Amino acid sequence: MIRVRSLGVPLLLLALLAVVPQLPLDIPVIFSGPLDSPGTLGLLALCLLFAGVALTYDLLFGFTGLLSFGHALYFALGVYLTTIALTQWEWSLWQAVAVTAIAGILVPLLLGAISLRVGGIAFAMVTLAFAQAGQVLVQKNPDQLTGGEEGLGLNSDPLPDFFVGVLNAKNLYWLALGYAVVVFLIVRYAVSSSPGHVWQAIRENERRVEVIGLRPFGFKLIAFVLASFLATIGGIVWLLVLGTGASPQVTTANFTLTLLVMVVIGGAGTRYGALLGGFLYTLLDQRLGALAGSSQVQDLPTVIRKPLSEPLFILGTLFILLVFFVPGGLAGLGRRLRVLRRSASLEGNR
Amino acid sequence: MSTFILLTVTGLGLGAMYFLIASGLSLIYGLMGVLNFAHGAFLTVGAYAAWETSTHVGGGQGTKLLVGALAGLAAGTLLAALVELLLIRPLYRRPIEQVLVTVGLALVLGALVEAIWGFDARQFPVPSWLIDTTTIFGANIPNDRFLEIATATLVLIGLTAFLRYTRYGLIIRAGVENRAMVTALGIDVRRAFTLVFALGGLAAALAGVLSGVYFGAVDPGRGTSLLIFAFIVVVIGGFGSIGGTAVSAVVVGLIQQYANYYASSGLGDLAVVLLLAVVLLLKPEGLSPRVAH
Repeated sequence: MIRVRSLGVPLLLLALLAVVPQLPLDIPVIFSGPLDSPGTLGLLALCLLFAGVALTYDLLFGFTGLLSFGHALYFALGVYLTTIALTQWEWSLWQAVAVTAIAGILVPLLLGAISLRVGGIAFAMVTLAFAQAGQVLVQKNPDQLTGGEEGLGLNSDPLPDFFVGVLNAKNLYWLALGYAVVVFLIVRYAVSSSPGHVWQAIRENERRVEVIGLRPFGFKLIAFVLASFLATIGGIVWLLVLGTGASPQVTTANFTLTLLVMVVIGGAGTRYGALLGGFLYTLLDQRLGALAGSSQVQDLPTVIRKPLSEPLFILGTLFILLVFFVPGGLAGLGRRLRVLRRSASLEGNR
Repeated sequence: MSTFILLTVTGLGLGAMYFLIASGLSLIYGLMGVLNFAHGAFLTVGAYAAWETSTHVGGGQGTKLLVGALAGLAAGTLLAALVELLLIRPLYRRPIEQVLVTVGLALVLGALVEAIWGFDARQFPVPSWLIDTTTIFGANIPNDRFLEIATATLVLIGLTAFLRYTRYGLIIRAGVENRAMVTALGIDVRRAFTLVFALGGLAAALAGVLSGVYFGAVDPGRGTSLLIFAFIVVVIGGFGSIGGTAVSAVVVGLIQQYANYYASSGLGDLAVVLLLAVVLLLKPEGLSPRVAH
């Protein structure tokens, strides 16, 4: 299928997203301040970042059919290794990023080679266990390196000036946007390359891929390493965007589960769906808490107010409803609406 | 020597809780192919229901614990049965969606527990005779360890007897082995689904109450942290096998305790993960074949 036609809309959207930091627009309810205010830009940067990270998870789950419960490990690797290098070892940013990137290839190569020896649910469990080991390591705080439960503050001295401080929220926003775009382009290229076709074949029927004479292991490992590497880079970007430091929260199994939720909300196996899911989920997660504090919600009886003040309660409920009533997520919904409209117009022509 | 005995009994107590969670997970997965992520939430809800009830009951700590435990078990069983009927059953034949729903449910129930009872740990009513120690071969062992081990042993015996000697047990065992064949023989396996879920919820709530006694308190993260080790136990033990689950629960509990003490604190968890990796590399199907014994 040739999709030249569809190139216009994404480019327009990208251009719009790129100029957001220059727009003094006020969007009430959704954002607390005008678009060009540092607070709103920071929130949008986080949304764009997680759009990208969700897409890296979709590469595993949606495109290759690998249900990993340990994706958080590689994101956390990016966050923690960079923070440790900058704060504890006082390296320069570029050294820290280079070493983290290399680790972001080697670690998933090793762990992926082990966990991909099993498939299906066992694979999910092994990845979960490895991520759990990572979490334990961070909690255990060897040599006071990781900061344990408190997390580790980021030493911002080695950072270039244009990435530091409230005044540079714009640059961080563009960094996050750049990350999302680069992940999108890489995933787009990878999925349409010849290993990419094998990934999708593995997702549909691994046995048949073997019968054709290909060994799925190597292909799955490539997908695993690529997705994990991109997640590691996402961890670095997250660290820069927040600018506060590493927090053990990114090592938890729940963090991986939220990535899964993002992808399923948007639509697994679709590039735009995963981006949209990551963006919307983060936006809701961040803003629902603020909305819960608003006076309208505060006036509600306790039985309703308390659950509503938990963003995860609302997001989880939304997620379950989507799984039930909208298989294929938001992307699937869009596709179905298009089909409906087309059949309606066909009816009209008749 | 006395330290070793203390570690062993404590490890067995921990293993007992792992077994209670893992047995339900293992049966549910073995029979229905559903990896139940909400299982930890059943545990947490059961523990909190027990705590909440115990605060409304008068009398000594023992009465509070007993009444609370009964309420907790009822809550866990009911919740699990409702989840199966309302959320899992409509998605029959869509296994991925079933797993996703349990993931969503785990998040929802976790958030709900935090909304109702807050983040802070709640003191569990533990009668003093459970905190007292018994001396065995020079080791002072807290009595609650024996309660955990005895309960899990009773559940193991009861579950095995149920699976072996009752008609429903027969259907469940046959269903684990070959669900399509059982359906083809004209038996409605789906009724067994609700039963297995309810039993799993009961065992999980029991583990929740016992973990409240073991740790002396309940907190919202309890279910999730125990669930991950229960998953590891299930994978090592082999899905659908109660005996395998019991053996691997004991092994995991013991290794965790020994490594934490003899190597270094926190290393126990890593040792368990390492064990899982080794088992999967050597025997990907787990320690025992996929049969409910």
